[in-house]
Amino acid sequence: MSELKLMKGNEALAEAAIRAGVDGYFGYPITPQTEIIEYLMTERPELRTGMVVLQAESEIAAINMVYGAASTGKKAMTSSSSPGISLKLEGISYLAGAELPAVIVNVVRGGPGLGTIQPSQADYFQSVKGGGHGDYKLYVLAPASVQEMADFVEDAFDIAFKYLAPVLILSDGLIGQMMEKVILKPQKPRMTNEELIEKNGSWATTGKKGRERNIITSLDLQSEKMEARVHRLMKKYEQMEKEDLRFEKINCDDAEYLIVAYGSSARISQKAVELARAKGIKLGLLRPITLFPFPKQALFELADQVKGILSVELNAGQMVEDVRLSVEFKVPVEHFGRTGGIIHTPEEILEALEQKIIKNGSIRHHKTRKSSIL
Amino acid sequence: MEVSDIIRPENQVFCKTKLMTNTALSYCPGCGHGTAHNLTMEVIDEMGISEDVIGVAPVGCSVLAYDFMNIDMTQAAHGRAPAVATAISRLWPEKYVFTYQGDGDLAAIGTAETIHACNRGENIVIIFVNNGIYGMTGGQMAPTTLAGMKSSTSPYGRDIETMGSPLKITELIANLPGVYYVTRHAVHTHKHARKAKKAIQKAFENTRLGKGLSFIEIVSNCNSGWKMGPNESNIWMEENMFPYFPLGDIKVDGILKK
Repeated sequence: MSELKLMKGNEALAEAAIRAGVDGYFGYPITPQTEIIEYLMTERPELRTGMVVLQAESEIAAINMVYGAASTGKKAMTSSSSPGISLKLEGISYLAGAELPAVIVNVVRGGPGLGTIQPSQADYFQSVKGGGHGDYKLYVLAPASVQEMADFVEDAFDIAFKYLAPVLILSDGLIGQMMEKVILKPQKPRMTNEELIEKNGSWATTGKKGRERNIITSLDLQSEKMEARVHRLMKKYEQMEKEDLRFEKINCDDAEYLIVAYGSSARISQKAVELARAKGIKLGLLRPITLFPFPKQALFELADQVKGILSVELNAGQMVEDVRLSVEFKVPVEHFGRTGGIIHTPEEILEALEQKIIKNGSIRHHKTRKSSIL
Repeated sequence: MEVSDIIRPENQVFCKTKLMTNTALSYCPGCGHGTAHNLTMEVIDEMGISEDVIGVAPVGCSVLAYDFMNIDMTQAAHGRAPAVATAISRLWPEKYVFTYQGDGDLAAIGTAETIHACNRGENIVIIFVNNGIYGMTGGQMAPTTLAGMKSSTSPYGRDIETMGSPLKITELIANLPGVYYVTRHAVHTHKHARKAKKAIQKAFENTRLGKGLSFIEIVSNCNSGWKMGPNESNIWMEENMFPYFPLGDIKVDGILKK
């Protein structure tokens, strides 16, 4: 039965993991996502569904436990925050290379280094440009509410198993820590081992009962074989772009200006849109829900309609590069964002839009073009 | 007389281990890995558990173990096999899960994963092949390289003042309460190989009984890495490796040997 509850984002995600029939969670404490493992340990999901929850000795061990679980076809996940995700990147690259389904959650805090425990979106590059070594991408879901923290767990596993690829839920300290009402889906049963072998037996290492052996590896010492593997991965990413791109347009129909923002920045920007509209500025918001695939085409088309675009991010300017690439310099694109764990206000965002885009945008754009020709 | 007249079942004295694939081993002639592979597969075959076993291959010379062992296998990141095996065993408690790791993998980069999997008493088998050198990358110093021993990264011999002493990780692990069985063997002679096989069998029996972690070190040679002939390397191993890494049981049925 569905249930309406008031919960923290991190807790909603943990509860949703149990209800989605996840088989294993492997984690290591780090602020601001520790509630996930605390909630799971307290809830005793081993008694509710048989789900295994294990506190690993490090983020590295945790992601490799996920690798082990995933290699046997089980639904496995881990969560961490920025410095911990950096440690997991080797394992994430192996997951992508070995074509294993898994879900990784990053409740982002400010960096670089130990940085701050406050919210940030400074892991955008790390999330969508690969992060670990080699030619791979992650399917990246960016929740903007506690409801999406819950809903995206199952969505992420659906994608992970559809493509046999790791999926990242890129949250941040704000969405992870804030409390909102959330509708929790009814409990789904975990797959039995028999069902799992029926479904994943063609590739998973479950013991070679009644079949030839299965091997999970990311190693191909023959160049042609390795290139074929890379091409296979690229095909998956192309298919993700065609079939599983997600974004949301808010007040875009008559927009003369556009904000692009995801996650917590999208929530705050939504208020900025209201403030702008009250002042007579026709502002719209495009919220990428998936950061890879990125809504390139939607932005390319909106660039014919709007006079300028502001990319609002809790970082020093990362997604703005993808926005610029998408609109192919048809209109001025500027970045606004706070760092260090400071969260921008709707008023600051509107002011930035007025300063950077509405007042100066066309001039700056003109100047940039001119200097680039010289 | 044709060759086919000679090759008859009744004339066969030795045969290829059933559970090994027909892929030619990638190991150097004279290396102990092939024997260690054979023994492991013989035990799994004789116990009749080949359909219920999941192996975890490391990074190092035995990274391609899955090409030779005809069972379900997963290849882990460098040093992380015990973490990978932990999750497999937790999610498939009825399966036999083992890792096969070298000294660089298990005792250097994977020290944390090794110690913590052992400390949790995971119901798995760890087969640890210690040849005191990084073989795959061409003979660099390993955590188990002996004092004074030359390698490409200790060209004047391992200086324990600056490079530390060879790590007796097996003794370290034996002291952890979660560990049930710890033993050290060699595979360079028939006598040693038979003993090693018995130990491997005991280890998988422990898994069957849910006793927790079994840890088998196999002190082996690396004639290529040591820059010696196979025979010479085995003699050198007996004279130099065995005194520092003495063969025999260290912990049996959860009790440390005095």
